[in-house]
Amino acid sequence: MQPGQPILEAERLVKSFSSFTALDGLSFSVAEGESLGLLGVNGAGKTTAMNLILGLTTPTSGEVRMFGLDLWKHRVEILKKVNFSSAYTSLPSNLLVWQNLTVFARLYRVRRPKQRIDELLELLGITHLRKSVTGRLSAGESTRVNLAKALLNEPRLLLLDEPTASLDPDIADRVRKLLRKLQRETGLSILYTSHNMRDIVEVCDRLIFLHGGKVLAEGTPGEVHERFNRSSLEDLFIGVARGEVEAVGIQ
Amino acid sequence: MPFSLHAVGALVLRYLFLYTRNPVRFVELVFWPLVDLLVWGFLTIYLQKQGAGGLPGAVTFLIGGMILWDVLFRSQQGVAISFLEDVWTRNLLNVFVAPVRTVEYVAATCVVGVLRVGVTLVVLTVVAAAAYHFKLTDLGFPLLPFLANLILFGWFLGMISTALIMRWGQAAESLAWAVPFFIQPLAAVFYPVSVLPSWLQPAAMALPCTPVFEGMRAVLAGNPAPWESMRHALLLNLVWGILAALFFAANLRHVRRTGLLVKVATQ
Repeated sequence: MQPGQPILEAERLVKSFSSFTALDGLSFSVAEGESLGLLGVNGAGKTTAMNLILGLTTPTSGEVRMFGLDLWKHRVEILKKVNFSSAYTSLPSNLLVWQNLTVFARLYRVRRPKQRIDELLELLGITHLRKSVTGRLSAGESTRVNLAKALLNEPRLLLLDEPTASLDPDIADRVRKLLRKLQRETGLSILYTSHNMRDIVEVCDRLIFLHGGKVLAEGTPGEVHERFNRSSLEDLFIGVARGEVEAVGIQ
Repeated sequence: MPFSLHAVGALVLRYLFLYTRNPVRFVELVFWPLVDLLVWGFLTIYLQKQGAGGLPGAVTFLIGGMILWDVLFRSQQGVAISFLEDVWTRNLLNVFVAPVRTVEYVAATCVVGVLRVGVTLVVLTVVAAAAYHFKLTDLGFPLLPFLANLILFGWFLGMISTALIMRWGQAAESLAWAVPFFIQPLAAVFYPVSVLPSWLQPAAMALPCTPVFEGMRAVLAGNPAPWESMRHALLLNLVWGILAALFFAANLRHVRRTGLLVKVATQ
């Protein structure tokens, strides 16, 4: 990887499902230590973009490079330095928390897995859940265990798909603060998809507002809503959802 | 092709944790094969008595067939059910975004298949010896190629089942149990191939398991070990293995292209 080169580069990503185009030429990059949010209403293309970047879905056209390497040619090498957490996946519910984390620590070839698991459980304030059955955890506990899994390999890029979707405001706030803290302390890069404005404003340095698979706007949260003369990001979001805001040009 | 035993070991560990955490899964490994063995065993003893000894060797043929069929079935289940476990627990995406190659994932499910076969085989062998005086070890050295060919074919059927489930989603999950039974009537498990209509016999002989069941009956009847048949079975397995791998890879490409992989994993 060249010095100064973005950690993640997506170039002209197009994804069509039969006659429906979910993503239409999406290009963006994430710099080292940066937190980028993908924001948009349901069906805007956020999750499709995330799936393409994770290699779960193949693009109709376009390229994804991470750490300067082509995703499809160097998938395993890349995935060693990346991790993922989503509100729509879970760890096997009948295993104990430590068993799940041990399996993933081994999959990611974590050195001294037990020590790393203990560190993360302490960092996330869930040491007491070590021997709990994963399926019996509350939504907030489960999210924190998923985050522990996502941090096991000390990833350089963390991909988060609506991680606070099922959390109450208190736990969601704790998760956001934790992510910010981790980013400050470890220089972690984050790609974050959400339709929760607060998540984006508090966690992300920069956001891309997607609509109909295209970039509607890009910039800091403040820049984006001001560009559309809206009082807040949430106001802009509602305007887009109700068709009151037109795409006035890609920034 | 790069291959990491470490990744395979980690995935096998995940399945071992699952079995130790869920005793019902362990019981399932033993309960159904045991029920089959008892029903088939007592039925053949009854028929033998009714026929006043007119069914020589029937007990050993049927019990041998039942045990060896279970080897194939458990091996296939190891692959297909392991995949379904990841779907049921919504863990599949976590595995697919981890640094694991597809070949390592499939290899781990194959190892689980062998472990499942081991547990079932030990239980059935002990019960068959105690209840019917049937000793699987009486098959002698040919038992090894018999088992190897059945385990291999079970893996390939498992890969085909998994590919179909990936493509058709959880609605098709019953295929994990059904696929082996599609071929059972042709596999000559409990009767010789010669019983089948002549036009079906070539299809039966295209299955790698058919020469195994034919060979088992030959050995139990006191004939020499059918080494030529075992080589034939291995060759057929090679062909089935290539076809199963191609079918699996084509379906994986399809579900990645159409987004079905994510749908199956999160539904």
